[in-house]
Amino acid sequence: MNWEPVIGIEVHVELKTDSKMFCGCRADFGSDPNTNICPVCLALPGALPVPNEQAIEWIIQIGLALNCTISPESIFHRKNYFYADLPKNYQISQFDIPVCSSGYLDVEVDGETVRVAINRVHQEEDTGKSLHVGGGGRIHSAEATLLDFNRAGVPLVEVVTEPDIHNPAVARAYAQQLRSVVESLGVSDAKLEEGSMRFDANVSIRPEGDTELGAKVEVKNMNSFRSLERALDYEIIRQTGVREAGERIHQETRHWDEEAGVTHSMRSKEGSSDYRYFAEPDLVPIVVSDEWREQIRLKLPELPHERQARYVDFGLESHVASVLVSGAAGLADLFEEAVGRGSDPGQVAKWLTGETTAYLNKHEMTIEQTSLTAAHLGELVSMLVDSRLSATAAKEVLIGVLDGEGTPEQVAVARDLIQVSDSGAIEEEVDAVLEANPDALEKIRTGDMKPFGFLVGQVMRATSGKADPKIVNEILRKRAAQ
Amino acid sequence: MSFSSLSAAGAALRDGSVTARELTDAILDRAAKTEAELHAYLTLDHDGARASAEAADAEFAAGRDAGPLQGIPVAVKDNLVTRGIETTAASQILAGYIPPYDGTAVSRIKGQGAVITGKTNLDEFAMGSSTENSAFGPTRNPWDTDRVPGGSSGGSAVAVAAGSALVGLGSDTGGSIRQPAALCGVVGTKPTYGLVSRYGLIAFASSLDQIGPITRTVEDSVAALEALAGHDPLDATSYRGDLPDFRAGFELGVDGLKVGIVRQLSGEGFDPGVEAAFRDTVDRLSDSGAEVVEVSLPSFDVSLSAYYLIAPAEASANLARFDGVRYGLRHDGSTVEEMMTATRAEGFGPEVTRRILLGTYALSAGYYDAFYGQAQKVRTLVIRDFAAAYEQVDVLVSPTTPTTAFEIGAKTQDPLSMYLSDICTIPSNLAGDPAISVPVGLDSRGLPIGFQIMAPALGEAVMFRTARAVEEGAGFQQRPQMLEEWS
Repeated sequence: MNWEPVIGIEVHVELKTDSKMFCGCRADFGSDPNTNICPVCLALPGALPVPNEQAIEWIIQIGLALNCTISPESIFHRKNYFYADLPKNYQISQFDIPVCSSGYLDVEVDGETVRVAINRVHQEEDTGKSLHVGGGGRIHSAEATLLDFNRAGVPLVEVVTEPDIHNPAVARAYAQQLRSVVESLGVSDAKLEEGSMRFDANVSIRPEGDTELGAKVEVKNMNSFRSLERALDYEIIRQTGVREAGERIHQETRHWDEEAGVTHSMRSKEGSSDYRYFAEPDLVPIVVSDEWREQIRLKLPELPHERQARYVDFGLESHVASVLVSGAAGLADLFEEAVGRGSDPGQVAKWLTGETTAYLNKHEMTIEQTSLTAAHLGELVSMLVDSRLSATAAKEVLIGVLDGEGTPEQVAVARDLIQVSDSGAIEEEVDAVLEANPDALEKIRTGDMKPFGFLVGQVMRATSGKADPKIVNEILRKRAAQ
Repeated sequence: MSFSSLSAAGAALRDGSVTARELTDAILDRAAKTEAELHAYLTLDHDGARASAEAADAEFAAGRDAGPLQGIPVAVKDNLVTRGIETTAASQILAGYIPPYDGTAVSRIKGQGAVITGKTNLDEFAMGSSTENSAFGPTRNPWDTDRVPGGSSGGSAVAVAAGSALVGLGSDTGGSIRQPAALCGVVGTKPTYGLVSRYGLIAFASSLDQIGPITRTVEDSVAALEALAGHDPLDATSYRGDLPDFRAGFELGVDGLKVGIVRQLSGEGFDPGVEAAFRDTVDRLSDSGAEVVEVSLPSFDVSLSAYYLIAPAEASANLARFDGVRYGLRHDGSTVEEMMTATRAEGFGPEVTRRILLGTYALSAGYYDAFYGQAQKVRTLVIRDFAAAYEQVDVLVSPTTPTTAFEIGAKTQDPLSMYLSDICTIPSNLAGDPAISVPVGLDSRGLPIGFQIMAPALGEAVMFRTARAVEEGAGFQQRPQMLEEWS
């Protein structure tokens, strides 16, 4: 039997507003523990929430960028559960009437455009952080739990797709494209490694052709786009194995173990927790007038798909433009800056999407963690155009720059990679080679070009590969014609 | 020294016949005499009160006058947080808790020179109608110390009735200002929802809670509300528009007003003495030129049931924050969950536990539609019934309570009969409308009877205007016997 996977993705995006969602505290959770707290986010008796208008404006931006319907009136709900790092023991979230609903995001996978349907985008608040001390940091054996409420109340936006994705590669492309959207809006740092963007996936399988959904498994703890795809691949294979063995899938939450490359059962979801949602009586509905919504729409910056189209107009190939826009964070900005300084778009794009991206993947780094700047890229490209670097040498130089060894010029000099393009110097080398090989010279003079390649090779060898091969060719042809 | 009202004391402060310090000392002396028997206060802040009084005197001396509350001793219900003064909501779970901030109502009146005498007793977390559900012992009614003062703002009502404060701040979720005011022979106002900021009020049921004043006279109630009301950016449900003039037509009497008697708020369960006093008052309004009609608001028959689903549902979430993690009582456990469970089991009294369970149940999957959802529909019907009635009449009237003060212990074993004490007051909370209780006489046992006037949202002016006429007509001047003996 053929099985069809059905995947839905929930993405939490932490907004980078100045203040928290419902109070005036700085939304900065990197500070010393419990320094950005107040009666509201600490849930002292009597404190009340007041919504952050900036956050509301930003979620509307996200909704518009994801082609959603913006509710003229949406409401906050209380999601009730007890947890030590949730100060009120309920989270202010949204339930049946979120700010944004029914949108979509187009993503490109293997040159094909796939539309991912978005169910909703809603506003909520983050929790504090628990640190379990002793007992190996595990909650049940810990000697004590320390709580930091700096993150409590930081605005979160949750983007939920329909169970509409049938391929882990699409799921990955969707998550990457969503990150690009949020990044282009400038509303979140969207850093996976810092938790300002986090995703969970719901996966089920069903016999191909069926329309009903199978029991779903929620997979958590994917910390990179790659691990999202790997975890989904694994989970689909696991579920298929279970079903083919004639057993049933249990609705549960599973934890992705990056090192082992497997998912582990965390907790059963049968008889799942009842959050007793009800409308938050401390807040009034979020009213979005047509005027406000349209003002926000007018202020939207260029979105990734628009950017990609513009890059194609520059003459880039669609897949290269796509990698620039949705690949590693910051690539597109670097590209624009380098091109803005007058460098050739095709060359800059080639080095960013090729060698630079490979380097980032290999070292699991972000562009910001490297020393590469737009000025470096410009310098590298002009050294190539001026034939001061060979393509092979340029790769080595770029890696040196990424490693922080200096500018391309400095790296090339330090590693002795500058190509010799001075014809006088090359002529001397050529003449020395011809003198040592009079037979070969004789042959090419009489029109037998067989030794030509050999002579070029001899010159390159004599110059340790630094001579510009184009110039070597020219001089040899001149000598043959003499 | 004894003052019959805030306005009388205010006049004396301004003509120099008394200082705020003398007034405060007199009030604290009165408390020293009455507290052993009445237990209106959980905390008396002698030092803070005297310091504030002296500061008020300095202001007067400098020719600065921040308004009617300057130098006036005010008792604050202990579910309003006060910076530096223990605030418990009469619960073990907050015993010893000292808030780091003042609620908006408190900071407003402090800013206007009020002298905070201390924190008054209440039913734990304002859940109750007798002030018997306090973890720190009941408050007694000065008219008969074997009887309850009503609740949940019983401490503030008793402080005002006994003269150990000139103004009491209360909170009213289903009648918690008006019912004790009625049972203690004083005036209690629940303003329109949103007029007074709830920031710093320890929430019971957020969509129903409203802070208001308890005073000796209607005039004092207006003055106190003027001090309390106003938009607060810290409360998202705070009213944003311009405040209405609460005194518009205040002195005009009821001539030409249309007054509606609510058919559903009489008959079975109402004391004959209460009903007689109610009829007499209505007759006097009619004699003064009001047009009195009877109106029917059928949803009132089910409003009590709706209230006892909505209020506990909200309370079940509002009280979730009391978990032993960040403040208040902590009962240790071997895991966080055990600690929370043990803390809450030890910290909450039986009525609070009952309401948390009721509210949790009403919100649970599978029961939500039948209970909480249904109750919200009833709330909509109550709002519609009120709206239809206000197309015909300017104000609605009823007894404030079906009975006068009952004996301590009489209803503690029967929550349902206790809940019925609030049958007349609950609809205004469900609608968010203002309502006031004015004392109109004593029953055959010498216990005070309250008369309730309800008005549409932001209709405080017509409510106060009617209340003033009711007060004048009733001429209620009696004081509790125990106070006569002491003065």
